[in-house]
Amino acid sequence: MSNDSTSKTLLVALGVCLVCSVLVATAAVTLKPMQEANRERDKLRNILLAGNLYEKGMDTKRLYAERIRSRLVELESGRILPESEHTNALNPETFDIQAVSKDPDLSNTISRDADPADIDRLPRYMPVFEVTDGDSVTQLILPVYGKGLWSTLYGFVALDRDLRTIRGFTFYEHGETPGLGGEVDNPNWKRLWIGKQAFDADGALRIRVVKGSVAPDDPDARYKVDGLSGSTLTTRGVDNLVRFWLGEGYRPFLDRLAASPDVSP
Amino acid sequence: MGTFRKLLIRPIFDENPIALQILGICSALAVTAKLETSIVMSLAVIFVLAFSNLSVSLIRNHIPASVRIIVEMTLIASLVIIADQIIKAFAYDISKQLSVYVGLIITNCIIMGRAEAFALKNPPLESLMDGIGNGLGYTAILLTVGFFRELGGAGELLGIRVLPLHTEGGWYVPNGLLLLPPSAFFLIGLIIWALRTWKPEQVEKE
Repeated sequence: MSNDSTSKTLLVALGVCLVCSVLVATAAVTLKPMQEANRERDKLRNILLAGNLYEKGMDTKRLYAERIRSRLVELESGRILPESEHTNALNPETFDIQAVSKDPDLSNTISRDADPADIDRLPRYMPVFEVTDGDSVTQLILPVYGKGLWSTLYGFVALDRDLRTIRGFTFYEHGETPGLGGEVDNPNWKRLWIGKQAFDADGALRIRVVKGSVAPDDPDARYKVDGLSGSTLTTRGVDNLVRFWLGEGYRPFLDRLAASPDVSP
Repeated sequence: MGTFRKLLIRPIFDENPIALQILGICSALAVTAKLETSIVMSLAVIFVLAFSNLSVSLIRNHIPASVRIIVEMTLIASLVIIADQIIKAFAYDISKQLSVYVGLIITNCIIMGRAEAFALKNPPLESLMDGIGNGLGYTAILLTVGFFRELGGAGELLGIRVLPLHTEGGWYVPNGLLLLPPSAFFLIGLIIWALRTWKPEQVEKE
């Protein structure tokens, strides 16, 4: 049979595809559990990073167990759900934002103009993480997410006990352009967030990610974070998502906390 | 020198894919800010190059001319996905730093180049050696560049402090340029210059 006959061409193409697909599928399926465990560990580490607790080489799981207490919040009312109301899908430890926001029972659609973070559906519940020091809660770590340029960015904002000062900020998953929007991972940029004020003394949302750098003599410098150069759209996305989650998403919860500082359910 | 040894050694200095053939430059710029990422990227390229050469060579007498390139691409793409999956499972942090560049091995000209120029015309074992050899040539450049970029740019090697930074009470002022991709261009240029001074036969004829 000549190499260039139609049947031989089809045969070779089919054979190659079959062998390759078996190999790729085997690799993907057998390695999946390890990849998921890695992703989970990475998420825990990012919670710790947002709270400035993590340093290289630390045991993520132990540190998390020691210092972090997870809660589930009903966004609309700001109520913390007691553990008796947790279910398989609604568990702060295993909470899957993507799955919950697809579930019509657990999420609501939001109208286009009320959706600056471009997330389409808002989960009715979100996990929040308390950083504890002995018995007292020192920080609150809130998961945030929203669209950048190419992808949805998933991250954590850490708020101080005063509920105004940002103590840390980190993304654990995104698909922005490496070197441009991907610089949201740059530790130097993440450090800029520490100490910024999300709200002013009257409780109005003030935090902004600005284009370019913040002038040091700007009287509002404490409310502003430098944008990323070369990535206007990622910067705008980060600005939108932070403002959406702090100003709308977690607002009832934060208001409730401010009214009664005792957070135990 | 035995054929196999020659196939393995020659691409490192005499026929280096980056320095002589000027292939695969893009990833050499992108992933060499740290030695660690350079090492993992090099291993991934050696893996893909070795097996793509081997598999293309194994079926070289059966590949129809009309679908030659697409068959090669299918093999290469599958190997790259497997390499990417392995890195995600065993070196998750590094896979996050390498981000898209592992996937982009598919478009690395060295791999397609070796399949076309060598594996299509040579038996499997020779092709395997040629693949590993060219992978080692790529590795040699990446490690050199990664070594100087991490050492000069951050004062560290594999994340371990080597030169005490002035911000931490030491004497070394890190060179920020070395952490940016253009510095890899300069370093590769210097390496090519050094190589061609050492081996003048690599200089192109006017």
